[in-house]
Amino acid sequence: MDLLQAILQGVIVASTPLVFAAIGEVVAERSGVLNLGVEGMMIMGAIAGFAVTLDSGSYFAGVIAAALAGAAAATVFGLLTQYLMSNQVATGLALTIFGLGVAALIGQGYSGETTPPLPVLPIPLLSDIPFIGPILFAHDPLVYLSVILVFGVAWFLSRTRAGLILKAVGDNHDAAHAIGYRVVLVRMAAIAFGGASAGLGGAYLSIVQTPLWVENMTAGRGWIALAIVVFSAWRPARALMGAYLFGGVTLIQLHIQGLGVEIEAQYLSMLPYLVTIIVLAVISHDKARAKLNAPACLGRSFYASS
Amino acid sequence: MKRLMTKLAAFSAAALIGGGALADDPMKVGFVYVGPVGDHGWTYEHDQGRLAVEKAFGDKVKTTYVENVSEGPDATRVIQQLARSGHDMIFTTSFGFMNPTLKVAKTFPKVKFEHATGFKRAANVSTYSARFYEGRTVIGLIAGKMTKSNTIGYIASFPIPEVVRGINAAYLAAKSVNPDVKMKIVWVNTWFDPGKEADAAKALIDQGADILMQHTDSPAAMQIAEERGIMAFGQASDMVKFGPNAQLTSIIDDWAPYYIARVQAAMDGTWKSQDTWDGIKQGMVAMADFSHKIPTDVQAMAQKAVDDIVAGTRHSFTGPINKQDGSPWLKAGETASDGDLASMNFYVEGVDGALPK
Amino acid sequence: MIRLEPRNDVSPAMAYLAPALAVLVTAVAGAAIFAALGKDPVEAMRLFFIQPLGDWFSISEMIVKATPLILIAIGLSFGFRAGVWNIGAEGQFTLGALAGGATGLAFYDVAGLWVLPLMCIAGALAGMAWAAIPALLRTRFNANEILVTLMLSYVAVLLLSVLVHGPLKDPDGFNFPESRLFHDSAILPILLEGTRAHVGFLASLAAVAVAWFVLGRHIFGFQVKVMGQAPRAARFGGFIENKVIWSCLLLSGGLAGLAGVFEAAGPVGQLVPAIPVGYGFTAIIVAFLGRLQPIGILIAGFVMALTYIGGETAQIEMNLPSAITGVFQGMFLFSLLGIDVFARYRLKRIRSAAQAAEGAS
Repeated sequence: MDLLQAILQGVIVASTPLVFAAIGEVVAERSGVLNLGVEGMMIMGAIAGFAVTLDSGSYFAGVIAAALAGAAAATVFGLLTQYLMSNQVATGLALTIFGLGVAALIGQGYSGETTPPLPVLPIPLLSDIPFIGPILFAHDPLVYLSVILVFGVAWFLSRTRAGLILKAVGDNHDAAHAIGYRVVLVRMAAIAFGGASAGLGGAYLSIVQTPLWVENMTAGRGWIALAIVVFSAWRPARALMGAYLFGGVTLIQLHIQGLGVEIEAQYLSMLPYLVTIIVLAVISHDKARAKLNAPACLGRSFYASS
Repeated sequence: MKRLMTKLAAFSAAALIGGGALADDPMKVGFVYVGPVGDHGWTYEHDQGRLAVEKAFGDKVKTTYVENVSEGPDATRVIQQLARSGHDMIFTTSFGFMNPTLKVAKTFPKVKFEHATGFKRAANVSTYSARFYEGRTVIGLIAGKMTKSNTIGYIASFPIPEVVRGINAAYLAAKSVNPDVKMKIVWVNTWFDPGKEADAAKALIDQGADILMQHTDSPAAMQIAEERGIMAFGQASDMVKFGPNAQLTSIIDDWAPYYIARVQAAMDGTWKSQDTWDGIKQGMVAMADFSHKIPTDVQAMAQKAVDDIVAGTRHSFTGPINKQDGSPWLKAGETASDGDLASMNFYVEGVDGALPK
Repeated sequence: MIRLEPRNDVSPAMAYLAPALAVLVTAVAGAAIFAALGKDPVEAMRLFFIQPLGDWFSISEMIVKATPLILIAIGLSFGFRAGVWNIGAEGQFTLGALAGGATGLAFYDVAGLWVLPLMCIAGALAGMAWAAIPALLRTRFNANEILVTLMLSYVAVLLLSVLVHGPLKDPDGFNFPESRLFHDSAILPILLEGTRAHVGFLASLAAVAVAWFVLGRHIFGFQVKVMGQAPRAARFGGFIENKVIWSCLLLSGGLAGLAGVFEAAGPVGQLVPAIPVGYGFTAIIVAFLGRLQPIGILIAGFVMALTYIGGETAQIEMNLPSAITGVFQGMFLFSLLGIDVFARYRLKRIRSAAQAAEGAS
């Protein structure tokens, strides 16, 4: 495999946690909920995934545990914001703080442990395609799941009735309620999905990318995922692209250093952030294209007045 | 009058007992860590030192630690809290704690402070550090012999003198046994981010490195090396668990002998402010077991280097050495002064790439 | 059936009771965790919430910690009311520390009363400049400021690092990535002798007062409130949306930058890469805990500061891992946010239509 292939393959691996977290948050935000607790949900998934995989020996159990842990964390957020109508921004931030702390606490007994990483599963035939084959089709199952999830969500939002209801709830919760849709339930489901997906993103870090546990191992990826959701204009396929763009530039700047380019490493480290800003500015400027607005009810508490 | 006498008697009895009790009160020793104890790297080893102190002194010592203390505005407060709560000795284990330590030391002249990797002292502030670069020399020698692609991958954290020393020492050693060897260096701007370290490792491997060195704290790079079937060296602690096939050896920080000695000195009343820069000889730096993958002749060479360093007949930086820009630094046979080493901010000749300022 | 019904006005009793009740709830929930860890829960609660209030040192440190939180949160509160989401106050804070600190370093051998004010102006301007970028991108390119401010905060931290490693490095500092220590003219005067509480606290009090005035009595406060609650009405009213966006971002950027200078010239006393510790994000919580009101923010700032100090105290006294602070803060915030609901809503028994009919006849 030549260097370019290796880089592209590496980009996909490095970006997958972002893909999971971002796609989950897209669903939550499309339903009108701004959940800033992505970092907390990811880290809960990371520790749950690692701990269960280590203790049970089963990756499958670990992955399920991670999704459940993320969903559970998200549900706490959901109960507070949907039933008790607490402020979504503050509650989400509290979830981040809480999640990081709980994960670190649970993880106290797991530092210094390791498991073999999730094995790669090349797709027969497809992975033999010259050049693209190894880049796209020779990954571990979670990478495939992340992409399936993105297109699944895209299809769900645009072609299913449930998806349309979700979008309606996000755009105008009062009208949706008047029509008879169960706003709170829809949002709780979206929030739980967001949590599960973020949990999977965290598990990818602790089961696949670096099979170990250390506190704060998500290192801010949850925040990047939030930015990617904004970048994607709340559209799933764009979220995938945004995640790969960010992960790609991050990885490439490491390669650039290795090639001996004489620029300060800190300036190179700034590249992913600057590139994302520039690309966002460029694509947002083109107002003629599709809608770029957030769901109208994003962040607003829903109070049923009837 | 009787009441007063009783009170006085009770008071003096209490004072006597109290005085006696004070003599038996355990000495409180505090530790301030910049990272989490579970990092299996820098902070982990300091905590191992703390545990060794507890074990060595039993009831006579009570230790406290505070982890994840940022080197910014919070550090002063944490150190001060420890000083205020009766700690007789405080170890601050990161260079960024230097000025906070000195600030607090001024207001608590009776408390003894030990600051790791710093350069400012006071009557009640000592500094200590380890000559990790000696370990780098050893792994450099091994790497030079073992690499087949002649490319060593180096994952570096921040361009501070300690890290630059390590790079230079490793390179010089590798070059001395393999004139064609090249080093690829990637700066990850963090001491600790397993994901980023893993990405850096992959990037280096993809660019042809078949042996990895790191100056970051997590075992992520070792894991990638294991995954990809290449060789690597552990850092700060023995990382063989994460790379049973990959790890050739590891540089281990062992703070226990120093910590125990200093606590003992404080107890004996012989503690003085001093600067300690110990290496393999004094046991502050140790090498993990050499992997059986290393051929016996290379192992012997590495072991000889260790022995020579301990004996003082080998110094990691012995001239003739030029700086990267070609200007002369050390003459033939001349060894680097501690001052030069402590403030090292240049690559030696032959290292590619620009040192981030 | 019981449901929540909005009150007409925020219940003042509940508003003040909420933090106390939250402490109680946290205590109960925390008791379980502490028991599981084998530690005395009552003692832990005492160390966390009560001990820091008991001595001058801890109170002074609470002031030190609350000062930047309040300053930044006041600035953010205007934007949040108007729907302008500045998530990057951390970056503006960092730029402020950088610019203000660099100014102080530039005159390191010059004494004078003008040095400090110059540093503060430099810091505030730098914060405003950093916030001007998202303002420009939002008004000219329609780029969402959530992303731009967030990304820029990472850039700012990297910028601080590269400059402290380079041009701003202390020449006598053995090439450590730290600047010179600020000279006497560049250090903030201390308010309380023997502590680190500095005059920046007065600035944050002033910010609270000014914000209270502007929100209640100045046209800008009105514009901000309307833009948040009824954007289309705002446009009809002739409030130029772009002007409000610019004002909110520049204001929050300037205050965050000022907080940054204060932090560098006060508790730290030099420029180091570790100056940004997350105040920009914590201030967001403070802003919302304070319900975006100046007095509320003042109180919330102190409450958050208390949880930080208390967490450290608990760690030191009870040998607890640092994670416990996060768990506790999180639980406390959850409790506070949940209980706070009852300040804005009341419980009401709703009779079903059938019951109502029965009652009437």
